[in-house]
Amino acid sequence: MAATTGAAIAPHEFLQAQSRWRVTEIAFWLAVLLPFFLFPNYLSLASQIAITALFALSLDLILGYAGIVSLGHAAFFGLGAYTAGIFSKFVWGEPLTGLLAAAVVAGALGLATSFIVARFRHLTLIMITLGLGFLLHEVANSAHFLTGGADGLQGVSIWPIFGYFRFDLFGYTAYSYSLIVLFVCFLIARRLINSPFGLSLRGIRENPNRMPALGANSRAHIRKIYTISATIAGIAGGLLAQTTETVSLGSIDFQRSADVLVMLVLGGAGYLYGGLVGAIIFMVARDQFSGINPQLWYFPIGVLLVAVVMFLPGGILGGLSRFTATLRSKWT
Amino acid sequence: MSTAVLSTRGLNKSFGSLVVANDIEIGLPRGVRYALIGPNGAGKTTLINLMTGMLKPDSGKIFLGDEDITHLEPQNRVKRGLVRTFQINTLFPHLNALESVTLSVCERRGYAPTWWRGLPQYRDAAEEAYEILNSLTLGNDCYRATRELAYGKQRLLEIALALATKPHVLLLDEPAAGVPKEESQGLFSAIAGLSQDITILFIEHDMDVVFRFASRIIVMVGGRILVEGTPDQIAADPRVREVYLGGAHHG
Repeated sequence: MAATTGAAIAPHEFLQAQSRWRVTEIAFWLAVLLPFFLFPNYLSLASQIAITALFALSLDLILGYAGIVSLGHAAFFGLGAYTAGIFSKFVWGEPLTGLLAAAVVAGALGLATSFIVARFRHLTLIMITLGLGFLLHEVANSAHFLTGGADGLQGVSIWPIFGYFRFDLFGYTAYSYSLIVLFVCFLIARRLINSPFGLSLRGIRENPNRMPALGANSRAHIRKIYTISATIAGIAGGLLAQTTETVSLGSIDFQRSADVLVMLVLGGAGYLYGGLVGAIIFMVARDQFSGINPQLWYFPIGVLLVAVVMFLPGGILGGLSRFTATLRSKWT
Repeated sequence: MSTAVLSTRGLNKSFGSLVVANDIEIGLPRGVRYALIGPNGAGKTTLINLMTGMLKPDSGKIFLGDEDITHLEPQNRVKRGLVRTFQINTLFPHLNALESVTLSVCERRGYAPTWWRGLPQYRDAAEEAYEILNSLTLGNDCYRATRELAYGKQRLLEIALALATKPHVLLLDEPAAGVPKEESQGLFSAIAGLSQDITILFIEHDMDVVFRFASRIIVMVGGRILVEGTPDQIAADPRVREVYLGGAHHG
């Protein structure tokens, strides 16, 4: 950072350098292929992690880039899950169209609620998102005829992808499928944050009061990113329904909204990879600790969360980026 | 009225029983450098807030050229060329200067809704942003995060953000607030060097600066416009002396 002060490089070259793929990024995306070779027995878990990471990515787009705190994001995840599940029961089991349906329905709810969300900030906004989350949970709970209520949605049956890749017991297809969808959505999100729109979002996060004084229509920006975020959350939910062939109320409850927020804060909001890293840590920790003691596994997560927000503002990735920045300034 | 770029008619605003704008009538002709002076609490910042739409007047009208903008949202006034800066830095701490001004340029050029094309493809926006920064002597600091910039440079960035919107009328709320006196001259030289097409109104307390850079002066006291005129007229006006010197006696 310190080395690039002064007009040593042209403005557009600087912006280009900002959005260039870094070695660590490529390494990360190669590393996520490792479970295929190293942990073939954990591919189902890996698939769930990829799905959760996608969900966390969707939250990062609104929280990390536009400063919108949501405690009800599971509404879109759950809606996507139920849509994909119900779609397979009543339309057909083809997975890609099912995923598209999940995206469209969740995105439509996102668009509808964005008009409320864009008008508020701070505690009011948190309470509104929380309330919307409760509302959707209650709808899913009471629409027993459609969702199965507390018993969960049964009878979800997903066809092989492209009529060829069957969802196997080991999760081989599930992880491949989840990973590819995660990667595609990630590419879209990455392009988005490096666009003029992404820059305006960062402006809203950094100083919402200045934006109107620059002629920016912040509310329109917020409505747009909230809709996009809801769509991606719906895709994540749809993936969960399709890969597990069941949908429970757990996919739309408050716990899921809270968990994804914890993951994002652990990993670091506003880095695009924060939710991904947070999801890996959270899900692996849950898998490992709940094996030891299924009741107390939130204890270490709680300790970790408190420690991270106290000592590493910006989460694990925030800490890492500060660490590398100091290293670099010492070496140059 | 039709020659004024920005004008107000009978503008009133009260907070409870406190009258902060009392029947304000002004008309700013094109290209004039106006200083808005007056003691603390005279309603100078309130007037800027009213004209830019950050506050709603209780009564009265605001015109930009011939258009009534009284009920327009702040961002839509900016799009029509009425732009302000803030007395307290209102910047983007973690964006660098180039990103901040590029953001402002992209908003003006209508690029901001585009999310599927990379920012580096908008080379014209980045280059325009750099030119603005360079013209305000910020060229060498444009890749540094805003929060790391020296205070005086942050004040310049305030103006750069506003310039990137291509204003017709620029309202500067104490542009040199908190800047040491030696540096404030340089800052005002930069303001004086702006295009003559831009009408400028600035709030300033330093009378040396006011009389050096303003072509006309408005004096506000207690939410009212006391007098408006050329620097010579203001300097000779007994009422203005009363406000400033009288205030000094009591203080």
